[in-house]
Amino acid sequence: MSSPIETDVAIIGAGPIGLFAVFELGLLDLKCHLVDILDRPGGQCTELYPEKPIYDIPGLPIVTGQELTDRLLEQIKPFGATFHFNEMASALKRLEDGRWQLSTDAGTEIIARVIVIAAGGGSFVPKRPPIAGIDAYEGKSVFYAVRKMDEFRDRDVLIAGGGDSALDWTLNLAPLARSLTLVHHRDGFRAAQHSVNQMRELVAQGKVKFHVANVKTLHGEDGKLEAVTLAGADKTEWRHSCDRFLPFFGLTMKLGPIAEFGLNLHENLVPVDTAKFESEVPGLFAIGDINTYPGKLKLILSGFHEAALMAQAAFHVCRPNEKLRFQYTTSSSNLQRKLGVA
Amino acid sequence: MKIIATDRSGVSREIEGRDNWTLMEMLRDAGLPITAECGGACACATCHVYVEDGWYEKLPPKSDAETDMLDMALAVQENSRLACQITCSDALDGITVTLAPE
Repeated sequence: MSSPIETDVAIIGAGPIGLFAVFELGLLDLKCHLVDILDRPGGQCTELYPEKPIYDIPGLPIVTGQELTDRLLEQIKPFGATFHFNEMASALKRLEDGRWQLSTDAGTEIIARVIVIAAGGGSFVPKRPPIAGIDAYEGKSVFYAVRKMDEFRDRDVLIAGGGDSALDWTLNLAPLARSLTLVHHRDGFRAAQHSVNQMRELVAQGKVKFHVANVKTLHGEDGKLEAVTLAGADKTEWRHSCDRFLPFFGLTMKLGPIAEFGLNLHENLVPVDTAKFESEVPGLFAIGDINTYPGKLKLILSGFHEAALMAQAAFHVCRPNEKLRFQYTTSSSNLQRKLGVA
Repeated sequence: MKIIATDRSGVSREIEGRDNWTLMEMLRDAGLPITAECGGACACATCHVYVEDGWYEKLPPKSDAETDMLDMALAVQENSRLACQITCSDALDGITVTLAPE
């Protein structure tokens, strides 16, 4: 583990609100590190609906989730924030000097005066099929991602799903698995057509088996999978031998470790005041979809406003002995220098 | 119009539906634990319901986008639909749905 990073503000979540927080904090000379479990910025905007148009961003009559993210990245570029992608904020503790130490599941330690939770609906995690007892097999025989291909070498692999991950891993693992079976609830796929064509070719060659079926039950002991019960479209059930199972149903949001941060959550949301967007814990702020207050609207534009007010309050926490000078970007050459335009 | 909705613990209740609201919005408004993560954009498959008692056949057919998105839903059955893609109207008075497991 490397030595802890010291910064002004650690932001949990690199969605649109976390990104805009970098801008508002940056205008006040506060440096930021962002942690996000996804592999890229944008949060829900890029994970769930990158191509879907958004119509209610002030001044942008129509913008897609990806375009909005790209614009925000361009806007915050002058402030040189550091991103920690593929990392989940896993623990938070207060140090004796009043600063926070935020840890991630990848071993990154960030020491900051202010923590901003901009985590939206929580961490994106794989959807877990509603099969009784599946948790006992997770990490041993059931995996939601392929980290090491060798884990599947000479194994009887079962893959479930109809998206790109299911099809891509069917193609990639078929050559090294002892056997590979793909199951999906229909004989049609949302995955890229060329992947589907390649899969069907492997099925025709007898190298991959495909069934229209759902996984009903897992059979095995001590996390070692031996077989599953599959149910076909006509409700007939049969036993299928396999020792590795990869369900690929995309991601969903779960609150995750934030629930353990000592906040008094209200229905999985962080109650904040509407002057500072600070939680009941001083120095711990929450903005965007993760917070709640009377009149809260889960809109991106509301999150932008929250980021601006949070930044003013965060300044006083980070620079208790300095006077905050409120300035406009249109008129302040000082701000324009920070933005690299003057 | 009325909606008869059964939650994941098997408890059924009757909800007063409003014209032109989506079924997802009505379920959410009534306080049923429907995630509907993407807010109705047909982008997440977390408003998955089973349409019961012959009502599935009476619904307008799925769009290609809904069919594709259902590939990301869990425990899909022949009567699976995404509630954000069903619009309430008098023609659906009495529609009966069950929240899919998650």
